[in-house]
Amino acid sequence: MNTLHNHVLLWLDRPLVTQNLVGGEDGIDDAGASFEHIIPAPRNWFLDFTGQAFRGDSADVYTSSNKNDLSVVGHVRAYRDLTDNSNLDLGVSYSRGHNLFGTDFITNLYGIDATYHWKPLQRSIYKSFIARSEIIWRQQNQPSLAACQTIACPVDTAAGFQRAFGFYASGDYQFARRWIAGARVDRSDRAFNAHLNDQGGSFILTYWPSEFAQIRGQYRFTRYADKFDANEAFIQLQFALGAHGAHPF
Amino acid sequence: MMLSKNLCLALAALLCVVLFTPPTAAAKNLKVVTTLTDLTSLTQEVGGDKVDVEALAKGYQDPHFVDPKPSFLLKLRHADLLILVGLDLEIGWLPPLITQSGNGNIQPAASGYLDASQFAEILEIPQGAVSRAEGDVHPLGNPHYWLDPDNGRRIAKGIATKLSEMDPTDRAYFQQREQDFEKRLAEAEKKWQVQMAPYRGRKIVTYHRSWPNFAKHFGLDVIGYIEPRPGIPPTPSHTFELTNMMKREHVKIIMVEPYFDRKTPDSIARETGGVVVEYMPSVGGVKEITNYFQLFDYDIGLLTKAFQATQ
Repeated sequence: MNTLHNHVLLWLDRPLVTQNLVGGEDGIDDAGASFEHIIPAPRNWFLDFTGQAFRGDSADVYTSSNKNDLSVVGHVRAYRDLTDNSNLDLGVSYSRGHNLFGTDFITNLYGIDATYHWKPLQRSIYKSFIARSEIIWRQQNQPSLAACQTIACPVDTAAGFQRAFGFYASGDYQFARRWIAGARVDRSDRAFNAHLNDQGGSFILTYWPSEFAQIRGQYRFTRYADKFDANEAFIQLQFALGAHGAHPF
Repeated sequence: MMLSKNLCLALAALLCVVLFTPPTAAAKNLKVVTTLTDLTSLTQEVGGDKVDVEALAKGYQDPHFVDPKPSFLLKLRHADLLILVGLDLEIGWLPPLITQSGNGNIQPAASGYLDASQFAEILEIPQGAVSRAEGDVHPLGNPHYWLDPDNGRRIAKGIATKLSEMDPTDRAYFQQREQDFEKRLAEAEKKWQVQMAPYRGRKIVTYHRSWPNFAKHFGLDVIGYIEPRPGIPPTPSHTFELTNMMKREHVKIIMVEPYFDRKTPDSIARETGGVVVEYMPSVGGVKEITNYFQLFDYDIGLLTKAFQATQ
């Protein structure tokens, strides 16, 4: 249900939980059908249901071993303005499909997300704050390790049922018209071996020289389950050429 | 087991009813949504108690930068009529809302989509090629046209015609209210012209190019802008040049919208001995501006006081 292009995301990278459990940047990217309906709700809540059915072949998450191996995604979004300047966006997601071990092996994904926006309307071009968190569970059947002699199993695959969990929480504060700073904490088990856990954190600073350019610097620390630490620095320069339609909220 | 199966079926049926039942009987009044509060006020003037009208943006908000929040979809999805400023003023936020609303009535070219700019006199229409190097130039002309009472009159007439088409049984009511609005506006204009008459031809500076229609109507001369180009924040070199020009031309008034930072205008005012006037570009910018008439009362009141103080 990600409706945003990479260039408008607040971070250079995707959180560990997105990389480890839901297919990273590509995610569940497949051919299929989608249905969306706004559900009448009381007290000015905006309630929206999206249901999707796919061919079942999104390389990083699901694998379709035969034509009936469809995957499905369901998402309920609940949104409410708290004040003129702030709002709360909540979501619950579920997805199911077949994994790379074959038709008999199912992967279930459960997710919860929450976003709090603050933007004083009269100074909206100068100040804003976004706090966001996503929590994801991934459960899947896996065969015994003997199967890995015939299937290309991912590194560190464990045998049997895996219950992996991960989350991130981030805060991003726009403190001037052209500047925004953010921090994020990450933690995620590995999908194919839930006993292995990666964790880390990031800081980011973004500067907009104009509407058509963006410079971002991000520092990322990651402690991988393999017992090594990574300290990484990224710099990104973006140019926009030509017109671009408005993004949804 | 059978009981549980029946229970599941019953719950599924209930869910379908909740999901797919249309809202209860349509209300009698036309539901109108406008992008800005000024259009709300004009619609209310004409539609009276036969319309339910509400705006998406607030009067103190920069209309170029409005978040397309899902709460707006709740307003749009049952609207009979959407009235917008047009000229690409809302291009950064309105198109996804219209698409996501799932409301066929208000899609572009549908009968419930009304672009108010078609009724107004539009100024500053760029000639020749338009480039982003010139800033946020609106290729179809300056969209801040509602700050001219003549345009207010034309828009009200256009809205009355549209409401009459959509609700022919109340045509006479809408036309009578529109004529009444014109009368009251003509009276108010006489008063505003008297108030502004001593200051015709006076030079002013504005932050953004929001003021051309107002300036033309009341005979003011806008000689510069705090923004070096539309939508581009002030730069030191431009501020320096503008300050010198204001000193040279003896310009003392700087008009600033409520959503812009006052730091640069205040600094220029200190340098030039001028005053910063934080005018309201829209109805609802402050509590006391509750309609189109009060918008001009408020801004003209501020402006005449500022002219008197700097004479």
